[in-house]
Amino acid sequence: MNKILLIIRREYLTRVRKRAFIIMTILGPVIFASFLVVPYLLVNLEDSDIKTIAVVELDEQNAPVSNENLVFENLFASKDKLKFEYLSDIDAITVETLIQYSGYYGVLVLNHRLLNQQNSDIQFYSKKQPSIGIETHISQALENFLFEKNLEKMNLSPDVIKSYKPHIKLKISRLEKGEFKEQKLMDLKRGIGYAAGFLIYFFIFFFGAQVMRGVIEEKTNRIVEVIVTSVRPFQLMMGKIAGIALVGLTQFLAWILLTMGIYQFAMTQFMGPGKIPQTQQIQPMGSSAFNSPMMQEPAEAPAIISALNSVKPSFYFYLLGTFLFYFIFGYLLYGSMFAAIGSAVDSETDTQQFMLPVTIPLIISIIVMINAITNPEGQLVFWFSIIPFTSPVVMMARIPFSPPVGDLILSMVLLVGTFLAMTWVAGKVYRTGILMYGKKVNYKEIFKWLTYKD
Amino acid sequence: MSLFEALNIDKSYAAHKVLDNVSIHVPEASIYGLLGPNGAGKTTLIRIINRITAPDKGELLLEGKKLTYEDLIQVGYLPEERGLYKKMKVGEQSLYLARLKGLSKNDALKKLKFWFEKFDMIDWWNKKIEELSKGMAQKVQFIITVLHNPKLLIFDEPFSGFDPVNASMLKKEVLDMKKNGTTIIFSTHDMASVEELCDHISLIDRSKTILEGKVSDIKQQYKTNLFELTYLEDDNSLVQKLNGDYTITHTEKLPGGENVIRIQLPEKRTGNNLLKQAMAHVEILSFREVLPSMNEVFIKAVSKNSNTSRHE
Repeated sequence: MNKILLIIRREYLTRVRKRAFIIMTILGPVIFASFLVVPYLLVNLEDSDIKTIAVVELDEQNAPVSNENLVFENLFASKDKLKFEYLSDIDAITVETLIQYSGYYGVLVLNHRLLNQQNSDIQFYSKKQPSIGIETHISQALENFLFEKNLEKMNLSPDVIKSYKPHIKLKISRLEKGEFKEQKLMDLKRGIGYAAGFLIYFFIFFFGAQVMRGVIEEKTNRIVEVIVTSVRPFQLMMGKIAGIALVGLTQFLAWILLTMGIYQFAMTQFMGPGKIPQTQQIQPMGSSAFNSPMMQEPAEAPAIISALNSVKPSFYFYLLGTFLFYFIFGYLLYGSMFAAIGSAVDSETDTQQFMLPVTIPLIISIIVMINAITNPEGQLVFWFSIIPFTSPVVMMARIPFSPPVGDLILSMVLLVGTFLAMTWVAGKVYRTGILMYGKKVNYKEIFKWLTYKD
Repeated sequence: MSLFEALNIDKSYAAHKVLDNVSIHVPEASIYGLLGPNGAGKTTLIRIINRITAPDKGELLLEGKKLTYEDLIQVGYLPEERGLYKKMKVGEQSLYLARLKGLSKNDALKKLKFWFEKFDMIDWWNKKIEELSKGMAQKVQFIITVLHNPKLLIFDEPFSGFDPVNASMLKKEVLDMKKNGTTIIFSTHDMASVEELCDHISLIDRSKTILEGKVSDIKQQYKTNLFELTYLEDDNSLVQKLNGDYTITHTEKLPGGENVIRIQLPEKRTGNNLLKQAMAHVEILSFREVLPSMNEVFIKAVSKNSNTSRHE
């Protein structure tokens, strides 16, 4: 067997067999899945006790309103765990007792002056802080109601009003290869870009550090002196980087499969069969959460599914292919830097001074990548998606929006070129550093190593 | 013919010259001792031979040809600072390192089994290195070093850290390997092991070779005209008679009644002069010239060198 394969095999097997790896592999998806499932469970938990809100009306003189004169009756739609009760003949003083001693979650006091005045404060009394959902639910329903009432005063029938009510959905089309194409699934694309960029960032840091630690281990226990009489230092370095890359890929693959499994299992368990939620329900800040039921489009969920189905399979290959490319080359670029750092020091505590050139571009790329989510075509994002040290993370935010092929090729070529150059440099540093002991190394010293022959 | 030669090696770290025009000539199928005080440059020379460090100047020749990186496969190296992967199992690790040296899996397994049985270490196969004692780990590393039957073996302080039983076991192995044609270079401070094993030595002090050659030649070179005489006599009259002409450095009476004395001869006198004189008085049981021990040679050579370099 080729020696570099032997090294890769050892690096891979010793790590994959470690207890920490197995625990991380199992625990990782539990953590990921809980990120998805726990908020959902919490929402369910919170809503488990039904909240009933009493709606009290007062006339313009703050006097009680009798049952037949109620104006706002049945205005508020009940949600799953939110009910409204409309009370008549309640005076302003009783309201307080109502809050104190009845089982109502809250009391909404509506004065008939509302019907005449443009703006008016409405009082909502409750013992606890109401959720933002309740607040919007109430105010939006009232706003719509009052708006329609005002229009009715101008002798417009409710049917006419309804028929004139506009429904707006912004369809975005963008110039792609000389043609305008409708852009679909913006949120989903943003999500994919963000997740992919973050995964690469995490992978580089986590497994790059493992490369560094592995190099330091070999150096401090001196086994490297024996190994370099059998293989070239460069082979040892590349074998280690490649072996650890495979460990990372294995872990991610396991995580993805396990997360999907756990998520599916949990959802069928807690929601009952056949009620697997659609994407829209797990979007944490998705627009639908704040919509009143009136505004909600019931057709939205099927639309997403059909849109997902309408995406060509080639797009998925494009996503996966570019992801793997930036994933692997980004890691390789930084992996060789981490290896060089590990070789230059005698212990992990000495690595601090050399970590900056590695951490700073990575942190910049995360910041720019987050920026790219809102504006994938900005100048800043463009440049950082071309610069090789940041492109693996930043380009991922652009990928789902199909950036120009020219940008992509330029970025990829630069990344591969820089990877080759950096590996050459790292190999030089590594070759000298790994066999040098007890010497405090600084940048000047490392630059000198680059000129060493052999 | 020399199996290995290092010619005119220079090496400096910053302003400090570690090796100054050092040459060694290692004959085939011999054991070559690399001696010298701490910090003399032995380990640096060994690292240069293994191409771990590059010399500033000089040549390395294996069988008369320039030593290349590919030749290292024919070299086995046991570094002074022993090191193995602590978390890896003994068997797996040995197999890995053997295969890196180019052995096939089956070949490596067969050879490992042979050595592990020989040293009675089969039980260790599935233990991690960190579970072994230091001496045990060193034995594992010794096996890994010699496993691929290299032409040239380089041991840096091979016997330090071993108990006498294990040390003598390894010495026996080293002698056997020499008998089978392997050439061995080892560095050591342990002069007893030099006496036991080495055919040739090189003494490095303050970056320079101050002594190189066959052990027997060097001893001849450092002999001081000292003789040992064993004889039978009841009184001490011989000692008194010789005392005028010679210096008696040592007298001893053995339990069997034999007398043993050591006599320092002046430069012009030979053993024959002494023998003739002694024969006239006593019955001689044995007579031999006392050669210096390597320990004495070492101390003498190093202190002479430090005197001359001080005078420079």
